[in-house]
Amino acid sequence: MLHFLLEPLNYEFIRNAIAIGLLVGILCPVVGSYLIVQRMALLGDVIAHCVLPGLSISFFFGIDILIGAFGSGILGAFLIAWIRSQTRVKVDAAMALTFSTFFALGVTLITVLENKLDLDSFLFGDILGVTAHDIQRTLVIASLILLVVKLFYKELLFYTFDKTGAQAIGLPIHTLYFGFMAAITLTIIASMQAVGVILVISLLVGPALTAYLLVKELHQMMMVGAVIGAIASISGVYLSYYRNLPSGPAIVLVSSSLFLLALLFSPSQGLLTQPEMVNRSARIFRRFKPAERSDSP
Amino acid sequence: MLEVQQLAVNYRGVRGLEPVSFRVSPGQLVGIIGPNGAGKSTLLKALLGLVPAAGGVVRYCTCPLHQQLERVAYIPQRSQIDWDYPITVWNVVMMAQTRQLGWFRSPGRAAKAIVKAALARVEMLNLRDRRISELSGGQQQRVFLARALAQQADLFLLDEPFTGVDQKTEAILLEVFEELRSQGKILLLSTHEWGQSLNQLDRLLLLNQCLIADGSPQQVMTPKNLRQAYGTHLGNPLHQDLETSFFC
Repeated sequence: MLHFLLEPLNYEFIRNAIAIGLLVGILCPVVGSYLIVQRMALLGDVIAHCVLPGLSISFFFGIDILIGAFGSGILGAFLIAWIRSQTRVKVDAAMALTFSTFFALGVTLITVLENKLDLDSFLFGDILGVTAHDIQRTLVIASLILLVVKLFYKELLFYTFDKTGAQAIGLPIHTLYFGFMAAITLTIIASMQAVGVILVISLLVGPALTAYLLVKELHQMMMVGAVIGAIASISGVYLSYYRNLPSGPAIVLVSSSLFLLALLFSPSQGLLTQPEMVNRSARIFRRFKPAERSDSP
Repeated sequence: MLEVQQLAVNYRGVRGLEPVSFRVSPGQLVGIIGPNGAGKSTLLKALLGLVPAAGGVVRYCTCPLHQQLERVAYIPQRSQIDWDYPITVWNVVMMAQTRQLGWFRSPGRAAKAIVKAALARVEMLNLRDRRISELSGGQQQRVFLARALAQQADLFLLDEPFTGVDQKTEAILLEVFEELRSQGKILLLSTHEWGQSLNQLDRLLLLNQCLIADGSPQQVMTPKNLRQAYGTHLGNPLHQDLETSFFC
């Protein structure tokens, strides 16, 4: 068993992959918890796609991709907020149009600017190609965001639970909203290398949602989510090593499997363990039974 | 003294509330009534600057109210809240101390004592560790009342506090309002229900896009005013029953 766990660690690329996996596995559920409780889970997906044009432009000008990707992601988020506040267009439609437009613009820019940007690794991640510099950058982003969440926890709790109430006591809700958008964008940039933009939403939402089924408070959701996220990331890397699977999808599939387990067996909300749920399932089953009989010859 | 002068609201270019003016003295319990969509919630929000006013001034003790929001406790409509949010009763009420504690500080012994007292007052202390999704509608409303109490405010604005609550909660709400009134606090609450609880109010503002009547419940709830506010809907037997029950 010990050999099974230690053997991959002989390789530097696996050590790097585990380090970055651990960092984003902890960071994503903390930020993702805020997305879930505000019913904004898809916004993570939207921003992830919106970073592409900025990535391409910063590649072209030779500036740090963090700057371009951050600017582009934030711009997308604000465009949606602007459309929502100024028109009668509903938020889901605004999100769908914005992210597909940004994504199309990004792909076009890669061709027009003749970037040597590897679209595949952007889309699906390349955790096995992580460098020490990537780890450093992710560590800085993760520490910064976790510190901010710790410092402003009570204000963010009020804001995400009751926006009108938070505004009524004079909290700067627009600043909080901007900070929140910045945190999501930075988290996505930090996770891009590990799982890619298509799958980052799963790491943002999956572990936090699993935790949601197990605990009753937001801070517990973040902590349990971080543990689950870390387990999913590391197991994904090992699966990828031993079974020769693509690592991004392996991480996501582990995370989704853990969610399924919690959905079925959570002590308080599990479909198979919670008394109320069991009774409800039995009632639904009984309701369908006569229909089955009438169908049979 | 709360002083409102010519407060008006536009919503996406359409006038949501015509200019209204009124004054409320300390120790007054004022009800804002009117049909759905009359602008009751909008008026409460506009008082605090939560929706941009198209004109007018709101002063409390001669200073603009939005500059002293720490003196106000606002309870939003229950339907505005996601009750599946992962949070316990205790931590909802602790939110009241967010402003008092200030940035970067965690609640100390004093804050905890205030929250405990507020929960005890609304008879919810034994449910302090319960997740809010497990509460009844009345219990949820009491948690919000406790949050408002724990803010130790001078001015209370409550949006539809009586909607969908049980009799026990209604009794507790009215008792607490009475206590706050005797302490010289100002209370403004919106309601679209015409129950007996209206008789407990000192004063009513009857609203339908504009202020139709302002005075004691007996002065305001006249057939003429009600017809003006509710229009043809007053022909509805349900309203007639309510009207009869109110005047009995």
